[in-house]
Amino acid sequence: MPILMVKNLTKIYESGMIIRRYIEAVRNVSFSIEEGEIVSLVGESGSGKTTTANIILRFLKPTSGEILVDGKDIWRDIKTFEELREYRKRVHAVFQDPFSSYNSFYPVDRVLYQALELLDKNPKSPESKSLIEEALISVGLEPKHILGKYPHQLSGGEKQRLMIARCWLIKPKLIIADEPVSMIDASTRGGIIELFEKLKEEEKTSILFITHDMGLAYYISDKILIMYLGEIVEQGSPEEIISNPKHEYTKNLIESIPTLYRRWE
Amino acid sequence: MNNLILQVENARAYYIVENNYIRAIDDVSLDIREGEVVGIVGESGSGKTTLTNVMLMNIKKPLSFIDGKVSLFSNGRVIELNKIPREELQKNIWGKETSIIPQSAMNALMPTKRIKDSILDVMKTHFEEIHEKEIIDKAKTRFEEIGVSKDAIFRYPFELSGGMRQRAVIAVATLLNPRFLIADEPTSALDVSTQKMVLKTIQNLREKGIVKSIAFITHDIATVRQIAETLVVMYAGKIVEISPMEEIIREPLHPYTKGLLYSVVTPEPEVKKRGVYHIPGAPPNLMYPPPGCRFHPRCKYKLDICKKDEPKLKIINNRKVACFLY
Repeated sequence: MPILMVKNLTKIYESGMIIRRYIEAVRNVSFSIEEGEIVSLVGESGSGKTTTANIILRFLKPTSGEILVDGKDIWRDIKTFEELREYRKRVHAVFQDPFSSYNSFYPVDRVLYQALELLDKNPKSPESKSLIEEALISVGLEPKHILGKYPHQLSGGEKQRLMIARCWLIKPKLIIADEPVSMIDASTRGGIIELFEKLKEEEKTSILFITHDMGLAYYISDKILIMYLGEIVEQGSPEEIISNPKHEYTKNLIESIPTLYRRWE
Repeated sequence: MNNLILQVENARAYYIVENNYIRAIDDVSLDIREGEVVGIVGESGSGKTTLTNVMLMNIKKPLSFIDGKVSLFSNGRVIELNKIPREELQKNIWGKETSIIPQSAMNALMPTKRIKDSILDVMKTHFEEIHEKEIIDKAKTRFEEIGVSKDAIFRYPFELSGGMRQRAVIAVATLLNPRFLIADEPTSALDVSTQKMVLKTIQNLREKGIVKSIAFITHDIATVRQIAETLVVMYAGKIVEISPMEEIIREPLHPYTKGLLYSVVTPEPEVKKRGVYHIPGAPPNLMYPPPGCRFHPRCKYKLDICKKDEPKLKIINNRKVACFLY
């Protein structure tokens, strides 16, 4: 059974007081993610990829359609706060902007404490301390250089690594990563990408990778979904999509991406 | 080898902030030859944009030109730009001999003026007397040449799309056929299909003989690779490698170039084969750059000498690299 199944998802935004306007941000989208699979959702800004992510994360209610995680409909079957907490342990998010995930008045340790509280562990206990150190080492951070620091004392790359350290504590089944490296310097980006690959290899975590960067999607994914104007217009393995794109939008996109090892005619 | 068009020799340009020096450009030498497109890459804070200001000699506080020489070669004459007062540069050099497509050029046009009026304003700084009709006609031709409708000059900037605005700025910057053009991150704020179009436009400038040479500044190697024949790699205010493009892509020499090149992710099978690298650590604070090679704290090939002595650019065949490994 797939970890995540999205069936006929549609989201219509409404606006205007007297003259109502409707925008169909996501239209009849269906796809699924298996255990240990990395699936990329590729599209330009406004294509509906972040709306899709927000619905899966239960931040936004869909207009119609179903989202099943481990066979449970997340908008129908989750009713109590306890069930929602349980859901947050299974499905975790990593966002684009590593700066806004932190409260600048608290040391960065707090984001790890919150993760431990979600697991019903006392963050100050010796067990928690060793869990934290283990998670930090997994993401390539030196605990004594990180703990007790404030967000402005860490670089963007370190902050993003720390967000992924949360994933090592919680060990979710599914990670929704919305443009997780687009604000990271090119020379440190590779390190963050490696961390996602490691989670997939060692923990069999499934990842929905949301990006506008086709190169990245090609590199990291098992399957690519191309989203355009709210619809999934094409899907396939990275090799299929790159060497034999079918939809006009995908063709145009791939032709326009500058390549490193080939010079355009 | 073609004639020189611009030569930077041992230039140092520092920002002075509260009695401290930020060594943004430190002992940089670079030749630009006629007919050449030179790509200059580096991360943010590597000194790319400061280098463009040095090439133009656009030195404004807190930046100050410490020493070195910037020479422009024009019709058999050598003009030492660093000895010319700013007013004269403004009048006789900028726009005519050297010009720039600035970073975020899309937003460089005055929003309350029609493009035509912005063009006339620019011309007034160069000539005491201007013939409006003549300039407008010239501008119309240039707009057509680079693929924007000539009627666009009667429009306000907000009426044009991002790509059109970018090309309008390119047209204005090259109106007086400058011999040397600097393009500072001209494609970074655009989506990929517009990016390709702007890149072609810049390429055409040289093919049509509108400009002779171009320096293309960017952080994106895959983009500059499409247009430049020579690649210059900067790190922490220094040039670490200069090489013909095909060779540096095939075999980067400097460890920093390696790290930078191998961290590029494009949809190509070669990328999957080689994997994605990253460089640990962060670039140094240029107020207190590390002694010796500025890259040594992040370098996995470092030798003892790298911590003490500063490597100079060394010539290897037709390439130059500043590293003690060679």
